[in-house]
Amino acid sequence: MKKLILATTALALGASLASAEVKVGMITTLSGGGAGLGIDVRDGFMLAIGQSGRDDIEVVIEDDQRKPDIAVQLADKMIQSERVDVLTGIIWSNLAMAVVPSATAQGKFYLSPNAGPSALAGKGCHQNYFNVAWQNDNLHEAAGAYANSAGYKNSFILAPNYPAGQDALTGYKRQFGGAFAGEVFTKLGQTDYAAEIAQIRASGADSVFFFLPGGMGISFLKQYADSGVDIPVVGPAFSFDQGILQAVGDAALGVVNTSQWNKDIENPTNAAFVESFQAEYGRLPSLYASQGFDTANLLISAIEKADVSDADAFRAALKAAEFDSTRGDFSFGSNHHPVQTIYAREVVQEAGVFTNKIIGVALENHSDVYAADCKM
Amino acid sequence: MSAILILEQVLNGIQFGVMLFLMAAGLTLIFGVMGLINLAHGSLYMVGAFAAAAVAGATGSFLLALIAALAAAALAGAVIEMVVIRRLYASAHLDQVLATFALILVFSEGTRWVFGSFPLFLDIPDVLAGPVTLPGGIEYPLYRLTLIAIGLAIAAGLWWLIERTRIGIQIRAGENDREMIAALGVDISRLYTLIFALGAALAGLAGALVGAIQSVQVGMGEPVLILAFVVIVIGGIGSIKGAFIGAILVGLTDTLGGVFLPPLFKLFMEPSAATQTGSALSSMLIYLLMSLVLIWRPTGLFGARA
Repeated sequence: MKKLILATTALALGASLASAEVKVGMITTLSGGGAGLGIDVRDGFMLAIGQSGRDDIEVVIEDDQRKPDIAVQLADKMIQSERVDVLTGIIWSNLAMAVVPSATAQGKFYLSPNAGPSALAGKGCHQNYFNVAWQNDNLHEAAGAYANSAGYKNSFILAPNYPAGQDALTGYKRQFGGAFAGEVFTKLGQTDYAAEIAQIRASGADSVFFFLPGGMGISFLKQYADSGVDIPVVGPAFSFDQGILQAVGDAALGVVNTSQWNKDIENPTNAAFVESFQAEYGRLPSLYASQGFDTANLLISAIEKADVSDADAFRAALKAAEFDSTRGDFSFGSNHHPVQTIYAREVVQEAGVFTNKIIGVALENHSDVYAADCKM
Repeated sequence: MSAILILEQVLNGIQFGVMLFLMAAGLTLIFGVMGLINLAHGSLYMVGAFAAAAVAGATGSFLLALIAALAAAALAGAVIEMVVIRRLYASAHLDQVLATFALILVFSEGTRWVFGSFPLFLDIPDVLAGPVTLPGGIEYPLYRLTLIAIGLAIAAGLWWLIERTRIGIQIRAGENDREMIAALGVDISRLYTLIFALGAALAGLAGALVGAIQSVQVGMGEPVLILAFVVIVIGGIGSIKGAFIGAILVGLTDTLGGVFLPPLFKLFMEPSAATQTGSALSSMLIYLLMSLVLIWRPTGLFGARA
């Protein structure tokens, strides 16, 4: 009843005050093997909400257990009974594909802090869908561009045999100008790479590109380091993020990987973010945490300018992306995906902790190839 | 493809098979003797790996880590046998599956609660690190050779235990007729706890050994569990010999299939389509093998009963 009165008062005062409460539904992975990513996104997001000092943003957080059916149930619950205005949080592309189209079709806003499947960047783009992280191909394209600049001529490439893995190899091939000594699709969730490493050894390649997110990457890097093969390796940041580097250990030292964010990007927002994240949670932030943090700040910037009930104004405020990103300059392309610089990083050890250091720019102001197909 | 590469891949297949055997041996013993489907066997593998990573992190000794893995998994196995599993022997398989699936969830979230959501670090001991050159010029990681040796030694030890010792006689008798050996004065519930702890210890050891070259993380046991079930179905449920032959067969099929199928498809297909089709088919290969074995011998290679 109190809420109703408040809402009525707010209506009477007029939407221009933009003081109505905003309800955010966060569906992310908080249990099981992929929980590290969801926890980082959540912690980054909540850190920004806390720092904003606003008490008119309510965040409902639920665990999708990395299962598409559960994510869909949670989205239905959040939209129908919790009546959220904005959804966010999904880590995995297959879960995003299950939730995002129906949520945006029901008039909700969706801000992606991670997954960026090509289907949602091209023909399936939607005016209420904003991706704050990257389109899935981006970091792989950057790895290809870095391999060119490093002078590699003959790459051995491998990725798991599932849509994001196929996109990864496609992305690398799109930019890499050299030849391919071998191309292997591994099993999703594979933990033993002895057979692939033997093939790499015999292939005569001068470089290896791999996309093996999470535990798969840990296994590959440890086994690769122990095999005595010394062909240089490049990959996207997903196998080198702060959460898993400690588990890889020495095996990752010196490996070059590509990322749109790193803790040493020089701007005041990033410096403050890294420091406050460490102070709050007692660990270094990962790129996932930075994505959660940026997503929340984008949302806050839009709430400051427009009322979420005025969808057109709110959308325009999101599209303007006038917030201080941890990445420095940030803007959306025509398909609401970031146009951003992607860096090459190297794994180093600082005071006993494995982390990344930027060594150069891989791709500058990079968008994605799917934007042309997006009609909104 | 050179002979050296093929030989190296055969070694990889054997190494994979030997590690699968450690998982499958416990599973087949428990199923054979107690008639229990234990889905939580993968969790014991994870317990072993986490215990090893924790102890190696604290002491720096890999040997102590292995001992800790054996002890922790055996203890966890004995405790769940006495607290949960014991109530399920008379139940239908569906109840057992439900209860042991619940155990997977309890172990996964419990481990995450204690160790956090991020993977742990467990490395190969320095003495076993790096490759060695085998006769014929094959460079092969010393650690993987050690894994093969440990696996074979344990297989031999298990054979001796089952065929040559008093406990082994009781286990074999328990497989055939549990009422009868209880009537003969063997403490059946103690025997069951012992077998369960033994199977758990083997799984924990496998987890610790493999954890050093893979990722020690929550949920690491379930993919291995599925393969271990394939192994014991191929080998014949309850048979240690069957589990060994089955594990080597699955290891070789999986490794060699992944290596040779894509190039084979390239002979008559466009390269990138061949890579995808070959990879997809190779991941089905062990299941095809299982179907063929079951058509030929419905009880598995060495299975005594259906």
